[in-house]
Amino acid sequence: MNLVAENLSYKPDEQFHLNEVSFKFEKGNIYTILGRTLSGKTTLLKTIAGLLTPDTGAMQFEDKDFLKVPVWERNIAMVYQQFINYPHLNVFENVAFPLKQRKVDDQLINDEVTKSLKSVGLEGYETRKIQELSGGQQQRVSLARSLVKNAKILLLDEPLVNLDYKLREQLREEFKNIFSQGLSEDSIVVFSTTDPREAMEINGEVIVLDEGKVLQVGSAKEIFENPKTLKVAEISNDPPMNILKASIETNKIKFEEIEVELPNHLSNLKEKNFNLGIRASDIKLSDSGFEFEVELAEISGSETLLHLKRGNSRIIISIEEVLNFNIHDKVKISFNISKIYAFNENGVLSSSPFGGSYV
Amino acid sequence: MGKLYKFLKYFFITFWAVFVVAPFLWALTTSFKDFNSVNGGATYIPWVDFEPKLEGWRVLIKSPANGGVDIIEPYFNSLFVTCTASLISIVLGTLSAYALSRFTFKAGFVKNNDITFFFISQRIMPPIVLSIPFFLFLGAISLLDSLIGLIVVYIVLLMPIAVWIMVDFFNKVPREIDETALIDGCNPYQAFFKVVLPNSIPGLIVAGMFCIIFGWIDFFFAFILTFTEVQLLPVKIVALNSSITPWWSLSASALVSVAPLIIVAFIVERYLSKGNLSGAIK
Repeated sequence: MNLVAENLSYKPDEQFHLNEVSFKFEKGNIYTILGRTLSGKTTLLKTIAGLLTPDTGAMQFEDKDFLKVPVWERNIAMVYQQFINYPHLNVFENVAFPLKQRKVDDQLINDEVTKSLKSVGLEGYETRKIQELSGGQQQRVSLARSLVKNAKILLLDEPLVNLDYKLREQLREEFKNIFSQGLSEDSIVVFSTTDPREAMEINGEVIVLDEGKVLQVGSAKEIFENPKTLKVAEISNDPPMNILKASIETNKIKFEEIEVELPNHLSNLKEKNFNLGIRASDIKLSDSGFEFEVELAEISGSETLLHLKRGNSRIIISIEEVLNFNIHDKVKISFNISKIYAFNENGVLSSSPFGGSYV
Repeated sequence: MGKLYKFLKYFFITFWAVFVVAPFLWALTTSFKDFNSVNGGATYIPWVDFEPKLEGWRVLIKSPANGGVDIIEPYFNSLFVTCTASLISIVLGTLSAYALSRFTFKAGFVKNNDITFFFISQRIMPPIVLSIPFFLFLGAISLLDSLIGLIVVYIVLLMPIAVWIMVDFFNKVPREIDETALIDGCNPYQAFFKVVLPNSIPGLIVAGMFCIIFGWIDFFFAFILTFTEVQLLPVKIVALNSSITPWWSLSASALVSVAPLIIVAFIVERYLSKGNLSGAIK
């Protein structure tokens, strides 16, 4: 009774859009596909929807060969990153469209549409034209349209990405509410995003996708604590995890002529040389720290992102306040060594502060 | 600056309006003149310069037996041929354009763009080049000098216009709209008719207008491909010109022949200016 895919591959041109993707989605759960742009997220969702047919692979749903079921019989719902609605219909007619298509009784359509519009906070907008709505409202209409169907599979393709900051926050809250209460026991929600924070907040099972390949599957917590590879660490952190070439010499970690204590969790490391990973938030400004040169300072919201350089290494640190820096300023920083990750030379996690290892 | 700009703007608009309207006014006054008023030097204002007569208009509806020219039959022939050919061209052209815009075709090296070009290339050759094959072709299937034959030829001429405009239009309608329709339970035909088509009305209007205009004003093919049985309006109007040019009935028939285009233009203008058609898709 689950949605099961085996080795889905899709290669319309030189590059793989999907490369041997397998998954098992169970009813009543939320799945987050995390990946950068062009990683194959949309392709994967379109494949589940039936808008694309993979070159190879199999997909079963409710014991049926799902690849043989045409899109319009799949009973799915999908929200796109662009606000896609039917411009020739008003808000009510837009939301009612899938029900009308199913030839549902008029009274029931009325009730369901009203309920659905209410759940996205658009009651009172029934007779408005789509073009008269703001971007956020348009996206809510498409969300209402996908909820009204009570589809067995709900696909959300970066639904928040084209909204402004404020609306994104607001709608994200609504998503969480809808997911926590409105979701029926026998539906599957697949949510795709480029934003690691969004993936953490949605808090479902996370699938990390890159160049059409599944890199890691696990809970949001698991991915955050023990990223399987450098690539996963990069994708699942924003700003990306800092990676530095380091080596271990007599209970010290050395990189760029900096020496720090070897933390306990790295004491069993076999290799001498490794890739050191540390999050931007685990590096602090400190007068007793090591000197780096400022290359760029970005202020985003209430935090400052500093791009720093020392030797051939570049790192990004985030500071929880707004500070002004000039380019080429010298700053001193210290590393929270208990939060250091070690990846071996092939980029696979060999030790994490949370005890995970894939070597 | 502002005032000068405004003055120049209205000056230009007025100038252009006079430039465009003057020939129509000239034709209108001429249609009420008789032989003497036309040939006795320039006259402009009815009742002042010349005595208006209805002869020019009467001739048009009188049968040839009574010394008239009877443009009613050619008029309806033209109307029938243009409307039928335009309608068929729009229907076939829109369907082809949708297919070309949404599906991928491949036959050897021939791809979507090549097929689109093939349609449009029908209009690249000068009409005179096409006239001989058309003549032979219609002769072979015994459709020379018939309404059906003309409709077939006009479809060949008009459909490329419809395909060209509609391919361009459909390419601007996001594919995601079709996909959403499919997801919402429409099969591909329902997606086209229930969602894509209602959002393509502006394109359909433009394509329809072009077809009607090009069909209605064609003289060349109507002249080459008909003889005695069937006559279209442009041919009939030109045929009015005999040893003495009857400027009055010529003017009257010219006005009658542009009338439908003017009506179409006004209807379409009103429809388009409602505003809800343009920019329907964000």
